[in-house]
Amino acid sequence: MVAFLQLIVSGLTVGAIYALVALGFTLIYRASDIFNFSQGEFFMLGGMLAGISMATYGLPYPVAALVACLITVGFGLALYFYGIRQARSASPIQLLILTIGASMLVRGLASALLGKDFVTLPGLLPWQTWRVGGVVIQTQAVAIIAGAIAIVLALWVFMSRTLTGKAIVGVASNALGAQLMGINRTVVVGLCFGLSALIGALGGILATPITLTSYDSGTMLAIKGFTGAMLGGMGRPYGPVVGGLLVGLLEAFGAGYVSSVYKDAFALIVLLMVFALRPQGLFASHSVERV
Amino acid sequence: MRRFFSSVYAPVAIVALAVLLVSLLPLSNFHIRIATLLFIFSIVILGMNLLMGFAGQISLGHGAFFGLGAYMIAIGVKQYGVSPWLLAALSLPVAGVIAWVIGRPILKLRGYHLAMATLAFGSIFAMFLNNALSITGGPDGMALDMASVRLFGMPPRWSWYWICGGLLVVVMYLLASLLDSPTGREMRAIHDSETAADVLGIDVARVKLNAFVISAVFATLAGCCFVMFDRYITPQSAGILRSIEFMTMTVVGGLGSAIGSILGAAILIVLPQLLTVFHEYEHAILGLILILIMVFLPRGIVPTLRARFGPRER
Repeated sequence: MVAFLQLIVSGLTVGAIYALVALGFTLIYRASDIFNFSQGEFFMLGGMLAGISMATYGLPYPVAALVACLITVGFGLALYFYGIRQARSASPIQLLILTIGASMLVRGLASALLGKDFVTLPGLLPWQTWRVGGVVIQTQAVAIIAGAIAIVLALWVFMSRTLTGKAIVGVASNALGAQLMGINRTVVVGLCFGLSALIGALGGILATPITLTSYDSGTMLAIKGFTGAMLGGMGRPYGPVVGGLLVGLLEAFGAGYVSSVYKDAFALIVLLMVFALRPQGLFASHSVERV
Repeated sequence: MRRFFSSVYAPVAIVALAVLLVSLLPLSNFHIRIATLLFIFSIVILGMNLLMGFAGQISLGHGAFFGLGAYMIAIGVKQYGVSPWLLAALSLPVAGVIAWVIGRPILKLRGYHLAMATLAFGSIFAMFLNNALSITGGPDGMALDMASVRLFGMPPRWSWYWICGGLLVVVMYLLASLLDSPTGREMRAIHDSETAADVLGIDVARVKLNAFVISAVFATLAGCCFVMFDRYITPQSAGILRSIEFMTMTVVGGLGSAIGSILGAAILIVLPQLLTVFHEYEHAILGLILILIMVFLPRGIVPTLRARFGPRER
């Protein structure tokens, strides 16, 4: 029983991170139909840059986090305005290739300029572990889950309460209609890239104390986050969040009871099963297009 | 003459002639090696081009299929002492089945989910290669213990030049006759407009799945050639970076162009030899090439040149 509860705690912790990746994916995909392959790179940049600012340049934690967020958001905006916007005549498949290229570029620059070693960060709260009836809980796990909840709530308030947020929802539900209403689609999609990068950077900073981050951490995160988004379904706002949490739980149980070396394989199995059995995701508003 | 050049079989004849003519040049051992690698990679890229250029899908798992062929041979010879030629023949249907299982549910859906699923497959395959030390030799890779191949008494280098060059021509011929067949016409219809093809009663999902399976089998075939030629295989040769390299070769040369596939492979094989100082930036340069091609030459080199200088298309 203790082992079971322990797996739930660790599953929810990684699941919260996957939920943030899934949310970032969905934000860009819904607003622009662009499949942003470099979503995991936002997390990697957030974690790596914050860690290196602190360890190498001796910046205090909040400043390091701010620097990491600013640079990552800068990358997100540059990807949209200098990459995707420039390739105007490109088809969706070409834009996908472009984001794969951006992901490789950032990964390559990170390995060459920031080094190939794992980077760590101190926790958000003083490092401590609690024992609750035999279950070990780290303060940082609490910080990750609380941080993820805060980010999701902030995004929800932004989307439903502000005019800018409603413009994003408008573009997501009907791009042409929104444009006819006077919404500048370029600005909205650019904003989504910036927001998505910010969510990624914050997620990376939260996750790094527990998971550590290296230049190649982004790929696996992108796969898991995408699996979460597909599992939950992109049709409903809570779909990717629940999907990400479920992927984290499945992975924790898979690692705990089946094989810890191949824990990353469970996401692939989930992904293939979602495609085969329920491609619209668990919480779908409408069915996906089939060919 | 003009009719010959517009036929789908023209590139096959041109490449066959090129393989013959290049062999007459005074080649150093290094040159023969580069030419053989070019033949091997071209086989992969021709398959990728079928998938990307005609089915309009991206795979990031072709490095894994390449590695599947290579490792099946290396492991089978080492552990069970089976003939490498038999293992090569066995690996092709195995790759086909894996591609079918991955592709079948995904290719029924609209969108580009295949990219993510193949990336996941490729990552797990790479993880297996790196972790299963007793089977795969881990990150150090494994050597293939195999008698030297002497085709008609030629030295091994030249034997592999002719075997791989010959296979490349055969693969090109198979693809050309595929594109000339009803299935090929269905693929070209999908390439022009998926909706129109669907309306005409073409089973779009099945045709895309065929393209994916064929391209995976070609990548595996190339992997078999690679390990027998090089006698060594490492996880790096089968990783995600390899898959992205394959994709870059395909888009640089040009989607839907057979000659473009070979040109793209050639550029990305020769470029690293010239830019060894930038080895540290290998990932970054690949990424930059992808971005620049998509922004400035989204159709790739050969189709862009053809549109500018070639005869007007029908």
